[in-house]
Amino acid sequence: MDLTYTPEEEEFRARLRAWLAGVLPALPPKPSPDDWPARRAYDLGWQRRLYDAGYAGLHWPVDAGGRGATPTQHLIYLEETEKAGAPYVGANFVGLLHAGPTIASEGSAEQRARWLPPVLRGEEVWCQGFSEPGAGSDLAALRTRAWRDGDDYVVSGSKIWTSHAEVADWCELLVRTDPGARKHRGITWLAMPMDAPGITVRPLRTLAGSTEFAEVFLDEVRVPVANRVGAENDGWRVTMVTLSYERGTAFVGEVVACRRVLAEVAREARKNGRWDDVVLRRRLGRLNAEFRALWRLTQWNVSEAQGTGGVPGVGGSVFKLGYSHARQELFDAAAEVLGPEALDLGREWTLDRLSSLSYTIAAGTSQIQRNIVAERILGLPRGR
Amino acid sequence: MDFRLTDDQRALRQGIRNLLEGRFGRQALRAAVDRADGKGGTHGRSGTDGRSGTHGKGGTGGKRPVGARVLDRELWRELGAAGFFALRLPEADGGVGQGLPEAVLAFEEAGRVLLPGPLIATHLAAGAVAGAATGEVVVTSPDGSLVEWLDEADIVRGDVSGAEPLASVDPLTPLHRLPASAAPRTGSGALRDPWAAGGPGGRPMPDGPGGHPEPDAPGGLASPSCGDTLLTSLLTAAEQLGSAARTCGTAVQHARTREQFGQPIGAFQAVQHLCADMLVRVEVARVAVYAAAVTADPADIAAARLLADEAAVRGARDCLQVYGGMGFTWESDVHLHLKRAWTRTHRAGGATRSEEALADDLVAGSA
Repeated sequence: MDLTYTPEEEEFRARLRAWLAGVLPALPPKPSPDDWPARRAYDLGWQRRLYDAGYAGLHWPVDAGGRGATPTQHLIYLEETEKAGAPYVGANFVGLLHAGPTIASEGSAEQRARWLPPVLRGEEVWCQGFSEPGAGSDLAALRTRAWRDGDDYVVSGSKIWTSHAEVADWCELLVRTDPGARKHRGITWLAMPMDAPGITVRPLRTLAGSTEFAEVFLDEVRVPVANRVGAENDGWRVTMVTLSYERGTAFVGEVVACRRVLAEVAREARKNGRWDDVVLRRRLGRLNAEFRALWRLTQWNVSEAQGTGGVPGVGGSVFKLGYSHARQELFDAAAEVLGPEALDLGREWTLDRLSSLSYTIAAGTSQIQRNIVAERILGLPRGR
Repeated sequence: MDFRLTDDQRALRQGIRNLLEGRFGRQALRAAVDRADGKGGTHGRSGTDGRSGTHGKGGTGGKRPVGARVLDRELWRELGAAGFFALRLPEADGGVGQGLPEAVLAFEEAGRVLLPGPLIATHLAAGAVAGAATGEVVVTSPDGSLVEWLDEADIVRGDVSGAEPLASVDPLTPLHRLPASAAPRTGSGALRDPWAAGGPGGRPMPDGPGGHPEPDAPGGLASPSCGDTLLTSLLTAAEQLGSAARTCGTAVQHARTREQFGQPIGAFQAVQHLCADMLVRVEVARVAVYAAAVTADPADIAAARLLADEAAVRGARDCLQVYGGMGFTWESDVHLHLKRAWTRTHRAGGATRSEEALADDLVAGSA
């Protein structure tokens, strides 16, 4: 049990800190949350700076254009960028954390050469075409069809909850290529260009009032067979590779951010007198325990990943269950501190409280995560 | 950084697990419960003889008949021989020379098998009280308004004047209650060890080698010195963790094999989700306890304690629920875990103190 960082890791941290201190003051102001073209430009501009400084694709393998950093270095990177208030990956999220690693792991040499460098350089944005109105948590129930026509697949159907679809260049798309096969078997993973004829994007307004994601309608869209990653009907396995990345270190920066918010909430409570409420004060103390432990859990998972040389395993589900709940508790407590002001949409914490509601749903609901923990970690019989 | 257990730590944990499962397995546990539960065995001393300070009890032993004694002195000496009490004592002083992380692993194993006795008080007395390190002497000390194992201890560290026995909810933890005036103050403020300077009766309490705890060490460096109250809290958290891990495993085992409606109950999502939440609490508590053992930081210890208490108490309750009617019987072990977990929650200030300390930590700015 060693929580000290090696001299190399500390040196990496120091260099990164120095670089962040130099580059962050020169960034343009953050665009409005609903101005997607401006957000795209801002996020890609940040990515370009990371690329030029050698921090792009830090955790990607070297042969995919990344830096081949250790999981601990990646942890330090996420911790320091969050502490410094650096921009989040934003519109580049799917490319850097989902599609990129999937192509790096499962794509051909040509596919890697075509799609990976533009992600790292901040030139192309990806979105994720997984969920459908009838296939959210039950992803394998997806119905968007694709059939072969010469050198193309012809795709028809619709996708939903597609983040950044309005400004994406590419979509990692799951389609059903064999309707006769069993649910998980007849699925194929395609890279679909978002400017292809037949694609309609309609932004969806969330309960937080923003247009975070969109519905995507596909009407006989032609996607070259060459854009298929992995074998036909082998898309489910390819997808599981993608999802294992999603549950890895995706939330490290957010835990750091939540700890900062919690301290701000406590200071606000001291200022406005709510601190004298013993119930509320103890509640904030308990949240301190939870977020401290969640930070230790990320360190534990990263140590495990470093030991196995792979991505964090099922421990990700344990983390996601604990984290998504704690995050909602945090912003509920913040609302307690704010009092009537918690109803003011002008307060950042009010918007954060609203958006925190997605955490127990997105990327596998808490109920699905509990099934995963029960069946895959604890070895309980499959539920019916 | 590599947070995982080292090979040596794994070996140590396995060694202690083997020792305890061989020497204090289920049969031994139930035999101890039966001894404690025997008629006439539940009465402690009347406790009006006003003992105080650190002294030997000599021949003043309790009024309980010798046959009703619960503590297995032979096992106690075996624990001493295995280095359980002297684990953190320097090798130069005849100890094992290990640190807090190793002690936490040992106490986690003790919690797993519900090992009875004033384990923490004796562990903390090793090096300060002759015979404690080897398990020749059983040491207890008052904690808040309670004192565990008063009648069976050879040495009491601290003031237990006016101690009155109470009918302990945990058959394997005899308890005395101290008069209200002796109870330490609780409340806000408390990352500092309130007992480091003086015992509840105002008498000096021997403290760990370093006295006051260090604030959060840079880079999470281990600080082996922290006050007895913090150590009690941390080692209690380790015991709670062991108990929580055991009840989780027990519940899962039962859910796999117990059939109702023609299938194992573990196939029902409602039962699955109970078990999954148990595991989440165990794993979150585990990393908190291990990290606190490494940093010895008071806020880390408070967090570990809070989460481990919850994992143990709620874990035992959920395990009882999974066991259904069988869980409500004396012959199932589940209630023993719950009762011990409840008893441990009262040590070193409990949840109120931890939550207040963690709240203070937030505004102190070290979060």
